[in-house]
This record gives sequence, structure tokens and C-alpha cells, in this order.
Amino acid sequence: MTNFIATLQYYFSYPFVQYALIVGVLIALCSSLLGVTLVLKRFSFIGDGLSHVAFGAMAVATVLQFTSQTLFIMIVTVIAAIFLLRTGQNTKIKGDSAIAMLSVGALAIGYLVMNIFSTSANVSGDVCSTLFGSTTILTLTHFEVIVCIVMSLLVVLFYVLFYNRIFAVTFDEEFMKATGKKVELYNLIIAVLTAVIVVLAMNLVGSLLITALLIFPALSAMKIMNSFKGVVIYSAILSVIGAFVGIILSILFSTPVGATVVFINIMIFIINWIISIFK
Amino acid sequence: MSYIKIEDLSLGYDSEIVCSNINFEINKNDYLCIIGENGAGKSTLIKTILDLKEKKAGKILFSENLKKSEIGYLPQQTVVQKDFPATVYEVVLSGMLSQLKYRPFYTKKEKNHAKQEMEKLGITHLQNKSYRQLSGGQQQRVLLARALCASDKILLLDEPVTGLDPQVTQEFYGLLKSLNEQGMTIVMVSHDLSVLKYATHVLYLKKKVPIFMEKEMFIERYGKEIYND
Repeated sequence: MTNFIATLQYYFSYPFVQYALIVGVLIALCSSLLGVTLVLKRFSFIGDGLSHVAFGAMAVATVLQFTSQTLFIMIVTVIAAIFLLRTGQNTKIKGDSAIAMLSVGALAIGYLVMNIFSTSANVSGDVCSTLFGSTTILTLTHFEVIVCIVMSLLVVLFYVLFYNRIFAVTFDEEFMKATGKKVELYNLIIAVLTAVIVVLAMNLVGSLLITALLIFPALSAMKIMNSFKGVVIYSAILSVIGAFVGIILSILFSTPVGATVVFINIMIFIINWIISIFK
Repeated sequence: MSYIKIEDLSLGYDSEIVCSNINFEINKNDYLCIIGENGAGKSTLIKTILDLKEKKAGKILFSENLKKSEIGYLPQQTVVQKDFPATVYEVVLSGMLSQLKYRPFYTKKEKNHAKQEMEKLGITHLQNKSYRQLSGGQQQRVLLARALCASDKILLLDEPVTGLDPQVTQEFYGLLKSLNEQGMTIVMVSHDLSVLKYATHVLYLKKKVPIFMEKEMFIERYGKEIYND
């Protein structure tokens, strides 16, 4: 046990481990907040679609050698989010296939672009790390950490200030519209924030696994909690624990970060599910 | 005192017009029942009044005494709500949303108001229960309490008794009747004709000429037609 703690202390002394923990925990916090609304509004797949778009954008940005990749990816993903929301509201089926179309389309084009115009020797390695996030979180620069902290704080601040409106738009859009509030505006903000989180979360879990970060904490919390506030708070706690434990385990056992975090989230879900059966 | 006046209104989806030449008036303390076959445009009418749908033609005039945000709306339940994790209190309190203006949080006064409405409808003991665990009748009471938070003048209800058993339905009607007696104006879409006994006015939506008149006169002239259908 002392040996174990000593190892942890040894790792914690490295800035890259500290960075990874800070960024991982913040991203987990933000994604769980938005995740509750996405799950309840049946928007889970928007997160998935956006993550694939972000992958495609990243491939294009890499090939064109943009200096600020994150900015480019962010803009493309936000535009995709607005587009998905618009089509998603028309009819259920159309919106569904629009997301599928956009998501596999972006994935295919991203992979194609990476292969044709590759600048590195190890294409499949690059693709794999963008999809599953492998080591990017351990190579964050000081600037990226600051960007992530600022973005996360903005998301949390927005969520707290607009909490009552987010509840209303999640529970009953029609009623909210009837009281004269701008439902479309809030839907738009939620979609844009989702896009921001997806781009930030690519560093942590890679683009294929982001949906897990969005939906697992919310689904776990919904098994146990009866109130909306309870679900939001509990899912935030679960998500933070999942990210923290996942990152530490992945460092200790040198497993891939993203997959380990998601695995811990799955375990948390199963535990909560079992508790809910006996409740 | 007239709250809402509808003149030559036409309703429809996309390019298709479902119903036209709708003329009627809602006055303070009326109990208006909107009936008609499926697809006649009953729900569409409610949504058009609330500005959730665009009208095809005609006018909807609000009196000076009634702002659009002062309408209490009880929509049809959605799939999303069936397994929604929210307590009764949270749902009722969200009815105070229009009072928020630009503030982020509810005041003590607004929270108390929500509690009073729960008291009025006899659901205070359910306040910490989850909405998804309630029976259909209890859920409708919760949505009614939420609508009352939004308005003390007029309620618009869209098929509120769908899926409720006859006894619960009558209890719900009783609740609305007592609200009506206390001065609340009620507009209800229904395919259940038993509600007509509480109504003061009837709007019968038909393709060509929608009919609007006081209930007694309506029953006398059209009673046969609607009860035979």
C-alpha cells in the first residue's frame, strides 16, 4: 500500500500528470452537465455525430497544417451542431439519418484525407490516437490547459445561471415557448456548448468515445436520483470520479487513458443499476 | 370583458388548410369547450393562439387585460416526460418561468406561490416524489398546478384527460369547475363530450363552417349530430 502511494506521489510531481488530471476532471464535469440534457431530450447521438465531425475537421486541419488546429475544429464542429439541430427538429426520422449521414461521412473523409495527404510515417497510429485519444492528454501544453480551464468555467457558469431555463427547455419545450421564452435560442446554446465540449474532450478520450462521457454519468444518475437537481449534481460527481480514477489507473497500469475512463464509467453505471434494483 | 377575440382564422400545416372561418371570443370566466373530429384542428387552434404555430390567415386579438405570457398552458404529454427524473415541486415551480424575466433564480415569493398552487390542488404530499412515479391523474394535476403558476386568469388545456379512467377524469373536471367558479377562464380541447355539462360555450370545429355558440343553444341545435357520431 505504501508502495502504491509512493508511486502515485512520484507521478503527481510531474506537471504533465497534473495537467492531465485537471483537464480530465474539468471535461468530465462539463460533459456530464450537458449530458443530462442531451440524454433526456433524446439528443445523445448529436454528441456522437459531432465527435465524428470533429475527427474529420482535425484530419483536414492536420493536412492543411493550420497553426491553430483547435480553433478550426471548434468552428467546423459548432457549424455542424447548428445544422444538426435544425434538421433534427423537422421530423424525427429525417434528423436521425441526417446525423448518421454527417457522422459517417465526416469519419470517412477524415480517414481518406489523412491517408492521401499524410505527412507522417505512421498513419494508422495517428488515426488510432485521434479516435481513441491514447496519449494526447499526457502531452498537453500549458496554453491548452488554460484554454480548457477557461472554457470549462464558462460552461459551468452558464449552466448555473441558466439552470431554471435549462430545466424548462428539457422538460417541456412547448410550455416554455408558450410562456414567451426563446426555446430555439436555448437549444442553440446547448448544441454549441456540446460542440465545444466535444472538441475539448477529444484530448481526453478521443473522438470515438466522447459519447460515453456525455451519456454514462447521466444514465447512471437517472437510475438513482428522483429530482432533476439530484441527477445533475450526482452525475457531475460520478463523472469527475470516473475521470479521476480512470486517468490514475491508466498511468499506473499504462493502459490507454480514454478507454480506461470509459471503462470506469461503465462500472459506475453497473453499480448504480444494481443499487437501483434493490432500492 | 373579452380576453381573446378570434376573427376569420384559418389553421393548417405547411400548405394544407385544415380549418377556416373560425370566429369566436373568449370572455372572462367563460368555460369554452372545443370539440371536433380527429384532425379537425383542435390542438392546432390552441397552439396557434399560443403562437407555437403560425396562422394561415385571420386575426387573433388579445385584450389589454391579457398578455400572451399570462396564459396557463397544459399541453399534451410528451414521450420525454414519461421517464423524466424531476420532482413534483421542480415541475410546478417551472411554471413561474415567465416571472423570471432576466433573473437567473426564483425568489422566495415565487417558490411560495408554487407551493400554494400545490396546496390548492392537493398534491403537496407528493412534492418530493418523482414525476415519473406518479399515476396519470396525479401527473395531470401537477401539470395543472404548473399552468396555474403561469396564470391566474386563463387556462388552455389540450386533451387533458387522455388515458385517464372515468373516475379520475370526473375528479379532474371537478377541479377545473371549482377553479372556474373562483373566476378562472377555461378553454379546453376535448374529445370527451361528458365535459359539456360544465361548459358555458362550445366551439365545434368542422371543415366548412365552424360553429361557436353558448352551450344550451348548441345542445339544442346540434346535440343530435354530435352525440350520434
